Amino acid sequence: MIYWNSLADFLAMGKHGLYVWGSFIVMAALMILEPILLARSRKSLIARLKRQYRAEKLDNHHPPREDNP
Amino acid sequence: MSDRLFNWYRFASPQAFYPLAGRMIPWFWALAALFGIAGLYVGFLVAPTDAQQGEGYRIIFLHVPASWMSMFIYVVMAFWAGLGLAFNFRLSGMMAQALAPTGAMFAFLSLWTGALWGKPMWGTWWVWDARLTSELILLFLYVGFIALQSAIDDPRRADRAGAILALVGVVNIPIIYFSVKWWNTLHQGSSVNLAKSSMASVMLWGMLLCALACWMYSIAVALMRVRRIMLEREKDTQWVREELAREAS
Repeated sequence: MIYWNSLADFLAMGKHGLYVWGSFIVMAALMILEPILLARSRKSLIARLKRQYRAEKLDNHHPPREDNP
Repeated sequence: MSDRLFNWYRFASPQAFYPLAGRMIPWFWALAALFGIAGLYVGFLVAPTDAQQGEGYRIIFLHVPASWMSMFIYVVMAFWAGLGLAFNFRLSGMMAQALAPTGAMFAFLSLWTGALWGKPMWGTWWVWDARLTSELILLFLYVGFIALQSAIDDPRRADRAGAILALVGVVNIPIIYFSVKWWNTLHQGSSVNLAKSSMASVMLWGMLLCALACWMYSIAVALMRVRRIMLEREKDTQWVREELAREAS
C-alpha cells in the first residue's frame, strides 16, 4: 500500500522536498501553536478573574469608612 | 415546549452554551486527530505521484483544505455577525470574534502553501493574478475585522462595526471561488466540482480527509476561543463567578 521505497525517497519528495515539507511544517506548527496559546491565555484569564473576585470580596467585607476621623 | 424552541433559545445564551461547548471540544479534537492522521496517511504515504507535477503536487493535501477553510470560516463568521446585527444575540458577536483569528490563520496558510507550490510549478512564489490577489484581500479582511474590533472598547459597538465590515467583505468570497473561471489566471482550475473531479480517487480521498480534519480543528479551536471570550465579556455576571468557583483552581 505504501507508495515509497525508502525513507530517503519520502523525505526527498522527488526534487520538491523543500516545498512540500516547508508547507507541512509551517501548517503543522501553526495548528499546534494556536490551541496551546489559547489554553494558556484561558488559564491566565481565569487566574486574573479569580484575583479580581477575591479583591471584590475583601472590599465588601471592609467597606471604606469615610465618615470616621 | 417543543424541542426546537428548547434547542434554539436555550443554547443562544452564553451561560448555557459555555458548558455545552466545553463538553464538545474534546470530541472535535478527537475527530480532527482521526481525520488528520487518516488524511496525511493517504495523501503522503499511499497516494501515487502525479504525472505532471511529480511529488510537489502533495502540497494539495495542505493547500486546498486551508483555502477552503479560509473561505468557509469567513462565510460562517459573516453569518454570525449578520445575525448579531439583526437580532442582537449576545452569542453571535462572540462567535464572529472567535472565528476571525482561525480564519486569518488559514488564509495565511493558503497563501504560504500556495507560494511554496507556485515556485516549483510556475517558477514564481507570487503573481498578481485574480485568485492569489483575492485570497490576499481575504487575509486583509480578516486582519481588518480583528483590528477594528480590538480598536473599539465597547464590545457591542465593536460587534456592530465588525459585522458591517464582515458582511461587506462577503462579496470577496465568490470572487475568490470563481476567479479561475472568470479570468485567465496562472492558478489551475478547481480540482473538485460536483459534476466530475479531475483527480484520481485516492488523491481525492486524501484531500477530503484532510479538509475534514481542518474543519473539525476549526470547530474545536473556535469553541475554545468563544469560551474564553464569554468569560472575559461576562466577567461581572453571576454565572461566570459560579462557573469559575466550580472549576477548582
